[in-house]
Amino acid sequence: MEDLLECKNLTKQYGNALPALQNVSLSIKTKGIFALLGRNGAGKTTLIRILATELKQSSGSASINGMDTSNDAKKIREQIAVMPQEARLVPWLTPRQTIYSYLLYRGFSRSEAASKVAGALARLELGKYENTLNRHLSGGVKRRVLLTMILATEAKILFVDEPTTGLDPVIRADLWGKLNELKKTHFIFLTTHYLEEAERLADMIGILENGKLLGLGTLDQLRSIVKYQYSIRIMQGTTPDIETRIGEVIKSADGSTQIFTTETDAEEISKKLVREKKRFSIYPISLEDIFYYLVRKPIEEDTIHNPIGKNGVHED
Amino acid sequence: MVFMKINRLNQVYASVLIDAVYQMKNYPITLVSNVIAPFSVLILIILVSHGQLLSISIEGALITAMISSGVTLQIDLSHIKNDFKLQDMLISSPTTAFTYTLGMAMAALVNALPALTVLTILSFLFIRTNVVGLLTVLTVLALIFAFSVALGFMLSTFSTDIQQNRAFVSILTVILATIAPIYYPITYIPASIRDIAYLSPATYAAEIAQNAIGDLKLSASDLTIDWIVLIAICGVLFIIAIKKSHWSDP
Ligand SMILES: Nc1ncnc2c1ncn2[C@@H]1O[C@H](COP(=O)(O)OP(=O)(O)OP(=O)(O)O)[C@@H](O)[C@H]1O
Ligand SMILES: [Mg+2]
Repeated sequence: MEDLLECKNLTKQYGNALPALQNVSLSIKTKGIFALLGRNGAGKTTLIRILATELKQSSGSASINGMDTSNDAKKIREQIAVMPQEARLVPWLTPRQTIYSYLLYRGFSRSEAASKVAGALARLELGKYENTLNRHLSGGVKRRVLLTMILATEAKILFVDEPTTGLDPVIRADLWGKLNELKKTHFIFLTTHYLEEAERLADMIGILENGKLLGLGTLDQLRSIVKYQYSIRIMQGTTPDIETRIGEVIKSADGSTQIFTTETDAEEISKKLVREKKRFSIYPISLEDIFYYLVRKPIEEDTIHNPIGKNGVHED
Repeated sequence: MVFMKINRLNQVYASVLIDAVYQMKNYPITLVSNVIAPFSVLILIILVSHGQLLSISIEGALITAMISSGVTLQIDLSHIKNDFKLQDMLISSPTTAFTYTLGMAMAALVNALPALTVLTILSFLFIRTNVVGLLTVLTVLALIFAFSVALGFMLSTFSTDIQQNRAFVSILTVILATIAPIYYPITYIPASIRDIAYLSPATYAAEIAQNAIGDLKLSASDLTIDWIVLIAICGVLFIIAIKKSHWSDP
């Protein structure tokens, strides 16, 4: 069976600027949630727009369910729905009118569209806003209406660019529940700056930095890139004297020190810290640690990971 | 994978809804502006014609209505694309550039409906012509409408923000309306600068229409040339619009 999503050496250069994407290759076999992480300007939106047939790549290729994004755009467009990062609701419409007309654009008959609108609004608890002008809605409700637009379609492949930005914690948690439900039947490509979101939702995670894919895999696979299983954070002002042999030491701008290390060394270091009466915390590495670890490293020629540098210490 | 049946007509209808029907319904001020639009045209006609040239200016107002539909279309399309990113949601959907633009063009006509109605009534009252003349005027109006819509769509796909938009609008207005003798015969333009008017496709349209209603006497060869140029310009523009418009970004 062909891959659900495949990119081969995808490169995008806007004008003469540095490439926004450089030789991105990835393949995702099955449905579920793929979370793409990366700092501002990493190239996440660029990648989504290429996959969603909104933007042409400079070189390389991409396909969805075996359909090429350049040659089979028409077929792809029947199967995907996209919520752009910067999408805004048309202010003079109501949520009902917004979703209804979007469904007509998607090719539904008027009766199908009308019957889908009500269900979709109810699913995201937006029923009470259905006839309020969009311009009167709060920012978070607007984002939810945008999301409702694409959830109301029958598309099984969804691209959502920062869907939970601007949502309150209660709504966000609620949405996570819904996405977790949807991923059983859909493929959802989402970008986020909330690492916890990716950790909770994603079946696969990609980390993009400066247009290069630095990491791709399940959370466990990403952990193995880092080689270390534990992270020790020592509170500020008490940087101990630790040999660099034991792992990787990162000094943070806030004055604290973070050490990535192996299980055995973690035990040894914590004993030492206890003896020295240092304030510290120790935990198995999280996605956040992996993210910091990868994006703070200067990018080597390739995307080869070489966790211990010459002296093993980065300053930031 | 199941492919659903796409209802193309409803895609056109969706544009009419968002850019005309819902707009007038939710923002009554747009309805008011659409309804009073013909009055400014009427005043213009009365002032310009001094009671004469009445038929020519009614016909000119119809041509102007077609042109301004294209200009408004350019503004609306750019607005929806740049400020709401709705166009991105549509590009990545089964909507095509054609059904979307056709719908938006229909919306522009719906918004112009009050003006068009008044002008149609005036035409029947003040313009004397035969069936051939009527068909000629309708064909010219259709061509100039298609031309402005294609141009409006193409420019909107290039525009990235409101400043570029404004520049496009003023260039369009100059080329399509200002330099063309729409409300008067071309002979009113001094001979020394008359050639400038022929840079505008609207000039050929106006000449043909004025000839058809008996306000201008064109020789058979001039008339043929006008038709050829008008059709050629529209054809070339259509080809350029199809080839060069950026429905999805390059
Ligand atoms: N239309 C454009 N023209 C020129 N450069 C662009 C354009 N869009 C994006 N870029 C550049 O491409 C790079 C990647 O941008 P992109 O929007 O894909 O990043 P992102 O990862 O989505 O960032 P964010 O988290 O801020 O949304 C940036 O350097 C950006 O300046
Ligand atoms: Mg982005």
